[in-house]
Amino acid sequence: MGEEDFTLKIREEQQLWREQQEQQQERPEPFTTVSGEPVNDLYTPADIAGLDYLKDLGFPGCYPYTRGVQSNMYRGRLWTMRQFSGFGDAFDSNRRYRYLLEQGQTGLSVAFDMPTIMGYDSDHPRALGEVGRCGVAIDSLADMEILFDRIPLDQITTSMTINGPAAILWCIYLANAEKQGVPLEKVGGTIQNDILKEYIAQKSWIFPPEPSMRLITDIFAFAARRVPRWNTVSISGYHIREAGSTAVQELAFTLADGFAYVEAGIKAGLDVDTFAPRLSFFFNAHLDFFEEICKYRAARRIWARRMKERYGARDPRSWMLRFHTQTAGCSLTAQEPENNIVRTTLEALAAVMGGTQSLHTNSMDEVLALPTEKAVKIALRTQQIIAYESGVANTIDPLAGSYFVEALTGRMEAAAEDYFRRIEELGGVLAAIDCGFFQQEIADAAYSYQQAVDRGERVVVGMNRFAGGELPQIELLRIDPAVERKQVERLQALREKRDAIAVAGSLERLKKAAAGPENLVPYILEAVKLYATEGEIVAALKEVFGEYREKPLF
Amino acid sequence: MQQLVEELLGGSRRALARLISIVENSDPRKYAILKELYPHTGRAYVLGVTGAPGSGKSSLVDRLLQLARRDGLTAGVIAVDPTSPFSGGAILGDRIRMQDHALDPGVFIRSMGTRGSLGGLSRAAGEAVQVLDAFGKDLILVETVGVGQSEIDIVKTADTTVVVLTPAGGDSVQTLKAGIMEIADIFVINKADLPGAERTAAEVNGMLEMKGGYAWRPPVVATVSTRDQGIEALWQVLADHRSYLEESGRLQAVRRERVRRELTEQVEHLVKSGVWDRIKTLAALENLLEDIARRRADPYSTARKLLEKINFPLAEE
Amino acid sequence: MERKIRVLVAKPGLDGHDRGAKVVARALRDAGMEVIYTGLHQTPEQVAEAALQEDVHVVGLSILSGAHMTLVPRIRALLDERQLRDVLLLVGGIIPADEAAELKSKGYAAGVFTPGEPLDAIINFIRAQASPAEV
Repeated sequence: MGEEDFTLKIREEQQLWREQQEQQQERPEPFTTVSGEPVNDLYTPADIAGLDYLKDLGFPGCYPYTRGVQSNMYRGRLWTMRQFSGFGDAFDSNRRYRYLLEQGQTGLSVAFDMPTIMGYDSDHPRALGEVGRCGVAIDSLADMEILFDRIPLDQITTSMTINGPAAILWCIYLANAEKQGVPLEKVGGTIQNDILKEYIAQKSWIFPPEPSMRLITDIFAFAARRVPRWNTVSISGYHIREAGSTAVQELAFTLADGFAYVEAGIKAGLDVDTFAPRLSFFFNAHLDFFEEICKYRAARRIWARRMKERYGARDPRSWMLRFHTQTAGCSLTAQEPENNIVRTTLEALAAVMGGTQSLHTNSMDEVLALPTEKAVKIALRTQQIIAYESGVANTIDPLAGSYFVEALTGRMEAAAEDYFRRIEELGGVLAAIDCGFFQQEIADAAYSYQQAVDRGERVVVGMNRFAGGELPQIELLRIDPAVERKQVERLQALREKRDAIAVAGSLERLKKAAAGPENLVPYILEAVKLYATEGEIVAALKEVFGEYREKPLF
Repeated sequence: MQQLVEELLGGSRRALARLISIVENSDPRKYAILKELYPHTGRAYVLGVTGAPGSGKSSLVDRLLQLARRDGLTAGVIAVDPTSPFSGGAILGDRIRMQDHALDPGVFIRSMGTRGSLGGLSRAAGEAVQVLDAFGKDLILVETVGVGQSEIDIVKTADTTVVVLTPAGGDSVQTLKAGIMEIADIFVINKADLPGAERTAAEVNGMLEMKGGYAWRPPVVATVSTRDQGIEALWQVLADHRSYLEESGRLQAVRRERVRRELTEQVEHLVKSGVWDRIKTLAALENLLEDIARRRADPYSTARKLLEKINFPLAEE
Repeated sequence: MERKIRVLVAKPGLDGHDRGAKVVARALRDAGMEVIYTGLHQTPEQVAEAALQEDVHVVGLSILSGAHMTLVPRIRALLDERQLRDVLLLVGGIIPADEAAELKSKGYAAGVFTPGEPLDAIINFIRAQASPAEV
């Protein structure tokens, strides 16, 4: 029987089966994914008619990488267990990092405090009350030396969640590695450095879009030459999702940002294969198990096809979409926080079955504060149990071929392509940001989700269904207010000790270079080695680049 | 209430804010307050800024405030955003574009919703201008919503009216609402770094040429408000228009018109409310309406009868 | 007389997460209130000054950065300095229960709303508590 006849026969039989269902009642809950996509009661071969195994799925490690980017995936090496972490000062965080490494974590991920993220030193008036509160305070190379004390940077890779001032923190990290005696060619890690999604979702911007893109292409060029093991951007969908987008929006907007970076690099005169292999991605793992898995698979297929066919990349590493995943912070509840352990487990499982390269699992108490040691240990154990006890890592892309999964993967890919068309019509990502396209889509999705929750249509266990009442009193991590005072004292001592004239000279040279086309990374490196502070370097660049102002949409 | 007025005249920003609210809320004390403040008004120069949503009016106002302050002028801003016809609520977000002036004591920024006013620019905005004027502001900028009648209404309140256009794709000058071309004293083409800016400027100039016969020929200024480009030129043109108005006596004529309108509107408002208040106590309106609906009576003679009943002096028919 | 409740929704400090603030702003608008949104990265002085100029009944702060124990008392003090004692100060965001209780018991915040509170709770609270303007 030919394929068309086969499909027809299945549909006929399905129709008969439906008629025989004798008007069975369905539960009142809407049968949609958490993003609102309708889900059928049943999927059959008819739903994936036309799927070509070799063309659309292929083998792991082979174009179009739908089934995974490495040919042996977790059989060769498990995903990196990389818990996002940081609080207080460098001493506090260094202790936590060494604890996590002892407990079996395999890579580091640095969370910076808000002043560091926004480019202010700990003694700046705007930093008051914020030092060390939601991440670690890093003002200069001196802090970085403490942060990685007893942590060998040639043996561990580090991901740093930093965007506006990414070039500066990267240079501080590289300078510290050199101080440890590790040559730059051996240094591995990632900087998030995804400024486009800042304008769209996370909002920790500093400079306007054009100079920000220039800094990014400078980083591409420098890394290609001197730091080849470094992932220069972590093109992020996590924050877009946390801001309230749907899964398809997360998929589409993230990849659109990725294409924009590729185009920027090419426009800056770089050969796509010199920088594309080092672009990486960062996705959210939300609660809808299958939707998330399909999202990752669609992402890999879309990226591979575009990189090869549209951007002409020839190096297979340019076609491979490698990604880190974090389980969804916005899916956690303050009520009955222990339930969050379960949520995180399901989300982590989806990320693993979707083929993630590295994973962070949230702790149960993160709706209330930064995680305690106990909570973060459970989160790490969650990954270890999945890896070693559940069996899912024994085989690659186990859900491939599922009628539901392949149908949904295809549908999400088509929906993403729709968004790409709309963005192109608006004139590209920067133009779309300027007219608020992404922000409006996200705001609408966030509002309708909240309404669905408030109406009880979208069930949140322990919160709007099976609710217990009182908020719990669990042990929480508290940041000692003395941290801020001590950090400020150290910073002031640093300013007195260093060669102020040399620092001032390096900042002047940086400003001059910023006004022209030269690569700024060497200038920033020079300044950080002289112990110029992050705030001083950012202030110097602000003089040349200006500051960004948003136009918010509701 | 008297105290609030005194505090306002003494320079209290809190009193200013409270009085604007009282006026906006149609509080019964409103007219007494406006009466008290009136002698202190007439000094401020009022600039109206209108144009389609998304044309960058707020950031343009922000840049103009910068120059006003540089030149030593104190300023007030009324930023109007649409009130939802369904809920009666509004999100007022224009302030965000004026962050640089947030802590400058010489700048006062007030956000207002249209609150169902059919005109788009509520009466309240005009009255808030009076309060700011009495407070002593040298310059008052009124930024309208930019849809509906508001773009035309702005001329009733402003000495100089600026219409902001953008070169946005497909937004040809031909598609502009009737009346827009007529009210502009100055045209600004904002976001002039986008493609099509020159074409838009040419279209505006073309239409102005066709009309001809101007005492003041509205200039067309290109700006990129987010990059601070063209703002000095715009400021100069504003100064030129003000000089023109003052030297030609047009300013006096414009303000006299405004005063005539204020008086007319106030008389009509008092008459209308006064008459209806009395009619309602005297007449069984619902019964009359029933009669009219059933064609036993007609609205024309019924109206006359009602007015006769309250001794309203009517002209002979 | 038309009396609309005016609410200032503010993001003080360096925290850039505005999903909650925007969802609340929209809900308050749909409930018939006038919402003035300050935008991100506001200093306490900017918040207080906006509250003064806009003559609001309520100031709603959204803080997810952990800096609430510094920011909330400071903003309350600045509001009081400007004779805005009657303005209700509400806080939402990531705030542990004991610190929320402290903010309320010390009179810094009239209400604290954490994740999981339905939007109606905020709307009803405001309608019940926002005081009419006095002269």
